[in-house]
Amino acid sequence: MNNNLKRINIYSIYLGALILILPLIAFFINAFSFRWFYPQVIPKELSLQAWVRLKLIPKPGQRTFEGFLDLWASNPTVIKALVNSLTIGILVTIVSIIIALPAARVLGLLNFRFKKLIIFIMVSPTILPPIAFVLGLNINFISIGFSGSFFGVCLVHLVPIMPYVVLTMTGIFANYNPDFEHQARTLGANKTTTFFQITLPAIAPGMVVAALFAFLVSWSQYLLTFLIGAGKIMTLPLLVFSTASSGNPALTAAISIIFIFPAILILVFTSKFVSGQSGATSGFGKI
Amino acid sequence: MGGERLKIVLSLTPPLLIIITLFFGGIFYGFLQSLGYQPAIGKYELNFSAYYNVMFSERYAKLFWSGLALNLWVSFASTFLAAVFALFGALAIRKTFVGKTLCKFIYSLNLPMPHLVVAVGMIFVFSQSGLLARLAAQIGMISSPGDFPVLVRDKYGFGIILAYIWKEAAFFFIILMSVLQSLGENFEELAQSLGANRWQRFRYVILPLVMPNLFSASIIVFAFSFGAYEVPALLGVIYPQMLPVMAFEFFLNPDLNARSEGMALSIIIALIVMILVVFYFWLTQAKIRKD
Repeated sequence: MNNNLKRINIYSIYLGALILILPLIAFFINAFSFRWFYPQVIPKELSLQAWVRLKLIPKPGQRTFEGFLDLWASNPTVIKALVNSLTIGILVTIVSIIIALPAARVLGLLNFRFKKLIIFIMVSPTILPPIAFVLGLNINFISIGFSGSFFGVCLVHLVPIMPYVVLTMTGIFANYNPDFEHQARTLGANKTTTFFQITLPAIAPGMVVAALFAFLVSWSQYLLTFLIGAGKIMTLPLLVFSTASSGNPALTAAISIIFIFPAILILVFTSKFVSGQSGATSGFGKI
Repeated sequence: MGGERLKIVLSLTPPLLIIITLFFGGIFYGFLQSLGYQPAIGKYELNFSAYYNVMFSERYAKLFWSGLALNLWVSFASTFLAAVFALFGALAIRKTFVGKTLCKFIYSLNLPMPHLVVAVGMIFVFSQSGLLARLAAQIGMISSPGDFPVLVRDKYGFGIILAYIWKEAAFFFIILMSVLQSLGENFEELAQSLGANRWQRFRYVILPLVMPNLFSASIIVFAFSFGAYEVPALLGVIYPQMLPVMAFEFFLNPDLNARSEGMALSIIIALIVMILVVFYFWLTQAKIRKD
């Protein structure tokens, strides 16, 4: 009896896993079969046509190394969006880490008046919906000329990322012992050496996780980019959204696969850091 | 001492400046516009007519209240169901079995997945010519796509709920796994040795222990699903329409009066989320005082 129960238990876990992975299976079938007619479950033939149409893979006969380079150098929309997404993501992540570092240190190590109020102000963008601030901000950005600019988009991406990086890094500094820095200083190290030799190695693992997830938050941002970018800054989420709305499943699936690739990579890379205890996880609610 | 104070102020100013000018500034300016302040078209007087129009005018009242009802239904249903699935998944997966690592990975796979992609995935799986409809046709359950129930772009918000369950169950799962891991099995073994059966162990031992984390995660998920745009924009219908989509469409309307109404809607969404969060804090504080 007990054994049977256990077996049912395990089978239900397998079933759950299968159900969860169904969308991913559908993405791959759609992306690699241009004509997947109802009611086929398995497509009759595999095809790279979606990728050729998106100008990511050259036409048959030109699939040499130079062929790929030539095609990508012609700057197709997907490559353009990919480059934009990557540049914005990396830039915003670096800026947010640099800005958050001193603040997180102060919040994690010191006690002072209004600390609770300051933390409350910092976390508010993680609770209130982005639509509440971006509509008003959009009009302001239009009047000062930030709308439709690369700079404006980067600036607005900082809003959902900042609270989350500050909080994660505050958690790191709360468990950090600054006495080692004093020891290094008494032994004659200057401030820069102390930072790179003592502080950075101690906070690096947590910082890398914070950075990766900050990047993911920027990477998956749709509404903010759409409104502040004013149609001039094309990123991958915008491309996925517009292709999905226009309804070509093969093209949508192919772009989506490119779009989710870093997400899966980051999950593989950080799976051992990700736990409900770490502040990093709460940021996922925003992706 | 003075040096330390200066250090604190200097360190905190940059992130606070970003949050206060962009986030609170954006909300404040949105609020002003919702009161009818639009210098661009020479309107400076402040009033609540946009709020009144959105909620009570003949033109929008039906749209607004049906949208609010849909919002509440979608957020409650998806938060609750995602939490329940994650709880059962996390409890079942604790035992050792073949393929445990892979299963754990698959269960957390949707965690870093953008909501947009999950929404597209729901179209691929649940639409009338999607993967499930094909499987159903293959085993002879349905004969044409029209026989498959409308689960995506339906007026009950099923597609939206499915997408949020898919995505947020992974979030609940990770949180529950780590809580269960830190608890160990001691409590359960103790309860078992005292004669508690499976249900009693679940109801009186595990549930009270995971409840605080489950509840605070629920607040995050509820607040998010209440105000998010992408998923209902892709998986919703024109009527009834979830409030964030409605706000956005009002805002994009070339008629500048509709802009005030869009702003009013977004402020209403934010207010509801805020009331909910305050209520949650009040509830947990009251409970701490009682204990």
